[in-house]
Amino acid sequence: MKKKLLSSILAASMIASALTGCGSKPAEAPAADTNTAAETPAATTDDAAAGETAEAVDTAADEGKVLNIYVWNEEFKSRVTDFYPGYEEVDATHGKIGDVDVVWNITPSDDNAYQNNLDATLMKQADAADDDKIDIFLLEADYALKYVDTDFTMSMADLGITEADMANQYQYTKDVVTDSNGVVKGSSWQGCPGALFYNRDVALEVLGTEDPDEVQEYVKDWDTFNETAAKMKDAGYYMTSSVLDTYRVYSNNVSSKCVVDGKINIDDNIMKWVDDSKAMYDAGETGCHAMWSDDWNKGFYPDGKVFCYFGPAWLVNFCMAADVEGSVANQGKWGAAVGPQGFFWGGTWICAATGTDNASLVKDIILKLTTDEEIMTEIVKQCDDFANNKNVMSAMAADTTYGSAVLGGQNALGIFAAGVEKVDLSNLCAYDSGFHIDFQAAITDYIKGATATKEEALDIFYKAMTERYPELTY
Amino acid sequence: MKKKSNVVKYNKWGYIFLIPFVVTYLIFSLIPLVTTFYNSFFECYQSGLNQIGPNFVGLENFKKLLSTPDIWIYAKNTIIMWIMGFVPQIIVSLVLAAWFSDPSLRLKGQRFFKTVIYLPNLIMASAFAMLFFTLFSTTGPINDILLNLGIITERYDFIGHVWSTRTLIAFMNFIMWFGNTTILLMAGMMGIDPALFEAAQVDGAKPGQIFFQITLPLLRPILVYTLITSLIGGLQMFDVPQILTNQTGNPSRSCMTLIMYLNRHLLSKNYGMGGALSVILFIITGILSIIVYKITDKKD
Repeated sequence: MKKKLLSSILAASMIASALTGCGSKPAEAPAADTNTAAETPAATTDDAAAGETAEAVDTAADEGKVLNIYVWNEEFKSRVTDFYPGYEEVDATHGKIGDVDVVWNITPSDDNAYQNNLDATLMKQADAADDDKIDIFLLEADYALKYVDTDFTMSMADLGITEADMANQYQYTKDVVTDSNGVVKGSSWQGCPGALFYNRDVALEVLGTEDPDEVQEYVKDWDTFNETAAKMKDAGYYMTSSVLDTYRVYSNNVSSKCVVDGKINIDDNIMKWVDDSKAMYDAGETGCHAMWSDDWNKGFYPDGKVFCYFGPAWLVNFCMAADVEGSVANQGKWGAAVGPQGFFWGGTWICAATGTDNASLVKDIILKLTTDEEIMTEIVKQCDDFANNKNVMSAMAADTTYGSAVLGGQNALGIFAAGVEKVDLSNLCAYDSGFHIDFQAAITDYIKGATATKEEALDIFYKAMTERYPELTY
Repeated sequence: MKKKSNVVKYNKWGYIFLIPFVVTYLIFSLIPLVTTFYNSFFECYQSGLNQIGPNFVGLENFKKLLSTPDIWIYAKNTIIMWIMGFVPQIIVSLVLAAWFSDPSLRLKGQRFFKTVIYLPNLIMASAFAMLFFTLFSTTGPINDILLNLGIITERYDFIGHVWSTRTLIAFMNFIMWFGNTTILLMAGMMGIDPALFEAAQVDGAKPGQIFFQITLPLLRPILVYTLITSLIGGLQMFDVPQILTNQTGNPSRSCMTLIMYLNRHLLSKNYGMGGALSVILFIITGILSIIVYKITDKKD
């Protein structure tokens, strides 16, 4: 009897939940519709750039009604929500622009999940119903070429975005999304030039100065950097938290591609990283922790005894525990210097998918967010982002009232801008993301001593690469 | 006449009841098995967004696989870790099963302990591996305890050394499966006629003699079954090392098992190489099963 009762309750609740699942949607959708229909015209007339937005919405009328956006985190969504005129949030994964539904497909990039999902959907793009087609997807630099160098991505010119529109963007941000025929196929609102963040207290104690220009003298190239590392070690500090901290700096400054004629190629600068890092680790000047691990994070606090980290503005602003009492960032004790070599880290590029049925809306979003100087200035001020616009950034760099609290009031934008001009990305290749993952994994083992020799580690790296990309040789 | 139609009727129901099994078996086992064989003869993978193949290449995939030492290294890793886990597992299980099934010991709280030893098997292997990963990390609690006790003076990287990593994996498999094996062996032991034990006792046999002369020989079918299933399970070892070593099989791929290797090929959706590896694994499993079965069968 009891069992019968229990099972009937279960069955009833199941049916009930199934029914509510079906029922609630149609009930909600029209409500949202009327809502936005009433509000949108008001929003458009209010806006300063009314002409363009109205046009976009008008054209959208004979285009698709669903804008599908593929991303891996909330960042772009919050930029659109805060800065794109006329965007209204409906719920966590839905929004509205005029009468177009915006659907956010958010897949985290852990374990390649974002790319796997994107690949699978792009492959079906041609056969998909118009409303299911991807309209916008976002890319990171490491794997940008994989998508940009295919027909799945539209060129900016085809969208109607001219070179003049993008003239003020930093060159490297355009290099990342330029395909092998020299066609630009994406655009970004942010630049992510990196700098060396040093702990001011440690600098003062060991080097006798905390002034960014003078500290720079101690880290101006790799040889000096390594000498300073020895000094830090003698004073009881680690130069960097992990050998992986410097990897990006070396790998951004390569003079050859990672795959040449189907053969895996390890650039000299990357081999230099291996040797320098092994020496530093063996001397006890750095650790071998995975990035973002708890051990790696320790240097965010004075007790971690780490002299410096490499990273762009977002690292020090959002990742180094600035809101935690007692952290170095919280006390404003980081300083920024240019470091041995220029580099960038991260960044998000907006691409239009071929076959999109919302071309004019996509164009407008890209133009507004990545070329409109007013909007970009707002992004810098409100989000501490580094906007991808030379005019905006040089104005901000000269602004003495603007300073970063975590950097003790230093206005580091000039340092970032100096770094970004040096970044040369002519040697990006489509295999970069796999290369970096496998190379770091194999070499970390060698540096730690788990793999006995460098040759053995490289052998493991080659194996891993050919499993990932079966057509490559070594 | 009537009787005959009844038989037919019952037969019909027999078949009807078999349908769910046959259908699921066809869809989830037989068809994938056949397509795996089929796929293994093709070059078929994705590089970035470019689909390459499928092109028929005959036995090329097998040649490529068997010509490199990799597959043998991974097979060796798998077997080593399986043995390291299985030997303690079978010993502990035998002892526990003997204790539990021996009425003269009058063990209290048998039900409780039987449940407890089976519990680890209920935890997901991945969660279990994650737990061990945290426990044994260089900054984890195990290192803290050992440091505080003064057993070690410097933090030991358990997952950075070949044998400690292998031991951890084997230990986890042991913890997860010894309960299951104990229950199986106990069922076997309880199936032995108690009169035999009593007769042995009357004849003055010592407990050790009873165990080795009566229990073990009569338990052989169950032992063989355990060995075969554990071997097949061991060859397919995947989740524990995959999670513990963060998909790398490190240090230096010394903990990479065959299925982890297979999984690496799926990074590029390489169904050809993956299929070939699966077929080889299928054949090895088949041969091993036959060998074990033949050896244990001969002693009669």
